Amino acid sequence: MKKNITFILIILLAFVSACGVDDTSDIQPTDSYDRSALLVNWADNIIIPGYANFSQKLTALEVASEDFTQSPSAISLDGIRNSWLDANIAFQKISMFEIGRAQTLNYRNRLNVYPTNSQEIEGYISANSWNLELPSTIDAQGFSALDYLLYGLGTDQELLEKFTTGPNASSYKMYLLDLVTTMQNLTSEVFSDWNNGYRASYITNISSSASGSVDQTVNAFLFYYEKALRAGKVGIPAGVFSGSPLPQNVESYYNQTVSKLLLTQALNATVDFFNGKGFSSEYQSNGFSLNSYLEALGSEKNDASLETLINNQFQVAFSKIELLNDNFIQQITNDNTKMLEAYDELQRNVILMKVDMLQALSIDVNYVDADGD
Amino acid sequence: MHTNYHTYITKQTSATPLAVFRILFGFMMLVSIIRFWSLGWIDTLYIEPSFSFSYYGFYWLPNPGQFVYLLFFICGVSAIFVAIGYRYRVAILLFFLSFTYIELLDKTTYLNHYYFISCLSFLLIFLPANCYYSLDALRGRCEVSKNISAWTINSIKLLLCIVYLYAGLAKLNSDWLVSAMPLKIWLPSKYDIPLLGDLLQQNWIHYAFSWGGALYDLSIPFLLLWKPSRSFAFVLVVVFHVLTRILFPIGMFPYIMIISTLIFFDATLHGRILKFFSLILKKLQLYRSININTTTNANGFKIASYVVGVFMIVQLLLPWRYIMYPKELFWTEQGYRFSWRVMLMEKAGYAQFIVKNTKTGSQFAVDNSDFLTTFQEKQMSTQPDFILEYAHYLGNYYRSKGHQNVAVHVESFVALNGRLSQPFINPEINLLEVEDTFTHKNWILEFNDTIEGI
Repeated sequence: MKKNITFILIILLAFVSACGVDDTSDIQPTDSYDRSALLVNWADNIIIPGYANFSQKLTALEVASEDFTQSPSAISLDGIRNSWLDANIAFQKISMFEIGRAQTLNYRNRLNVYPTNSQEIEGYISANSWNLELPSTIDAQGFSALDYLLYGLGTDQELLEKFTTGPNASSYKMYLLDLVTTMQNLTSEVFSDWNNGYRASYITNISSSASGSVDQTVNAFLFYYEKALRAGKVGIPAGVFSGSPLPQNVESYYNQTVSKLLLTQALNATVDFFNGKGFSSEYQSNGFSLNSYLEALGSEKNDASLETLINNQFQVAFSKIELLNDNFIQQITNDNTKMLEAYDELQRNVILMKVDMLQALSIDVNYVDADGD
Repeated sequence: MHTNYHTYITKQTSATPLAVFRILFGFMMLVSIIRFWSLGWIDTLYIEPSFSFSYYGFYWLPNPGQFVYLLFFICGVSAIFVAIGYRYRVAILLFFLSFTYIELLDKTTYLNHYYFISCLSFLLIFLPANCYYSLDALRGRCEVSKNISAWTINSIKLLLCIVYLYAGLAKLNSDWLVSAMPLKIWLPSKYDIPLLGDLLQQNWIHYAFSWGGALYDLSIPFLLLWKPSRSFAFVLVVVFHVLTRILFPIGMFPYIMIISTLIFFDATLHGRILKFFSLILKKLQLYRSININTTTNANGFKIASYVVGVFMIVQLLLPWRYIMYPKELFWTEQGYRFSWRVMLMEKAGYAQFIVKNTKTGSQFAVDNSDFLTTFQEKQMSTQPDFILEYAHYLGNYYRSKGHQNVAVHVESFVALNGRLSQPFINPEINLLEVEDTFTHKNWILEFNDTIEGI
């Protein structure tokens, strides 16, 4: 019987020592799908080039904003408007990667909350006092605040007057410059973090837990697709969540003509990310991606593979978006049904990705930290 | 018949296994409570949610708010008292009540192993687990004896056998055995486990684990009961549960099961364990010995055996209630809970609630994150009774906000064991017109596949 207790002690020791195992995060994966290569492709060919491109466009916007504020004219106004659009398009490519520094900075909201609060902006300008670091000013900054200042102040003539001879001209200029500088600062903070250390920890964190890079990126991606793209750009202005349409909630409300363009760019970026398509022109082949991951897992559904179903559904959504007016305000006011149809097609991929894809990848929806049985 | 019953009920055995069980159970419960508390789950699971999902018939249960910490405290302290056998009856009763109260607060957190703890602690209320090696015995607060009725220990064994057997029976279905689902989904995602990670990608491993798991659950009760195979069975118990601990986030359950199965061993082993405890107590200068009159027996109170008997019959029958419902059990989950269906299926869902004005026809979609935590939303989207309760909550909420002629519909999709997601709840149904009952929920849409088996 003495033996018995030694034996039990050994067994107990064995399972106590096994307790720590599940927390290990830095072990090399050995299965057939190479998650490291997946993360490298995301980081090196999509995310970091995306930020590099956006930084470049922001620098151009900064230059243009200095030109414009130094000598407001029809020409410099045109220049800053073009730079604003270029930067806005470039932003749509990286908006979905709200992880790491971007997540702690609340980056997407700092850069692109809409609708903007024009009254608040006017208040700050006439008081000549603001602090864009305060959370309460989040709806008075970013692309949509610029949208207001560049397109929402009346005719071009009226706008130029506000920046030249108007009573608050210097305040308008300062505010405009501060908006651009803040966007630039936030972006360089995120971008430099990727370049200094975050990339290295990102591509090595192949843990299967909720804190692993794959889990985090996929969750951020899905959150973006569901809340920012599907709801923000289409669903909310079309009135899906409010009962009646809210055309004033479209993206770039004052410009009016680019809402569809921004949506298309965002959806393109989404599809490219899903298929692992690299950002730069030198790297266009389909790399490691959610598409190839699903392919490797062989997630056959009925007759088609899941990745094919998702890609097909993206195309259906594109075809519905194509039918929309460039001006979403007009589209919503005149024929909201088309807007709702586009929403429905975008919605179908929420289900295919959030339900079927996450199940296939066995990824948990955002940080559900509790025991299972 | 009556004589048989009488012989069985008065048959005596050593009290040591039950004493060891009491001590280890109390200790494990204390560790579980401390772990739960330190992980911050009391806050995230019980305080943060603004809405909680009630069990049928327990809607009246008051939500204690911040006092839930007090409940956990009571639970932890009573676990200590159970372990040391101090005012045992009160302690185990308090433990059962506080633990079960916590579990009843929100069915989002339902786990078979929490239910197991509730069952076990309920059972322990009726067993004379403090008659030996306890503070109560030392102070003469209870019947002190080295011997107890054999049925008391056997009842714990029976409960454990039920858990294993029913968990095994539940695995006898085509998804588990023929498709190796859901392990085919779960195992490959554990690629980063050292040594095993590579193996877990292999198809044959998915089948081996599925079949092995079913075989283990079905055979382990007998292997533990039969003396010649007992030691081997215990090795299996440890290997199996350690493996599940490594593979899945199942908290303390594996350890609790490993400790619990020690009850199958005879008194000699438990005597040695108690000697080991005595050694520690002596070192700490806390050891006191008492003389026990070996001729008396602690039988517990008379009604106990009847209560335990009825309890066991309920345990044996309850998991079969699903047979009374039509349609696929995994899809409708009618009679799914409280039946030891442990880690049996992979279900994911998405539920978009639509609030309609039945007069004007205007409608809008609900953002679930306004009302539910991510965890609650995840659980709600695959379980019909959650969906119904939440729909009623939304109905009341919007009525209170001044909305008129409110109807609540849901557009929901569920993917089961890797099948393509399908529509789940009939979107035409106004859920406010449906009441939750134990009758068949005919507002669940048809599952367009068949799962064979028990």
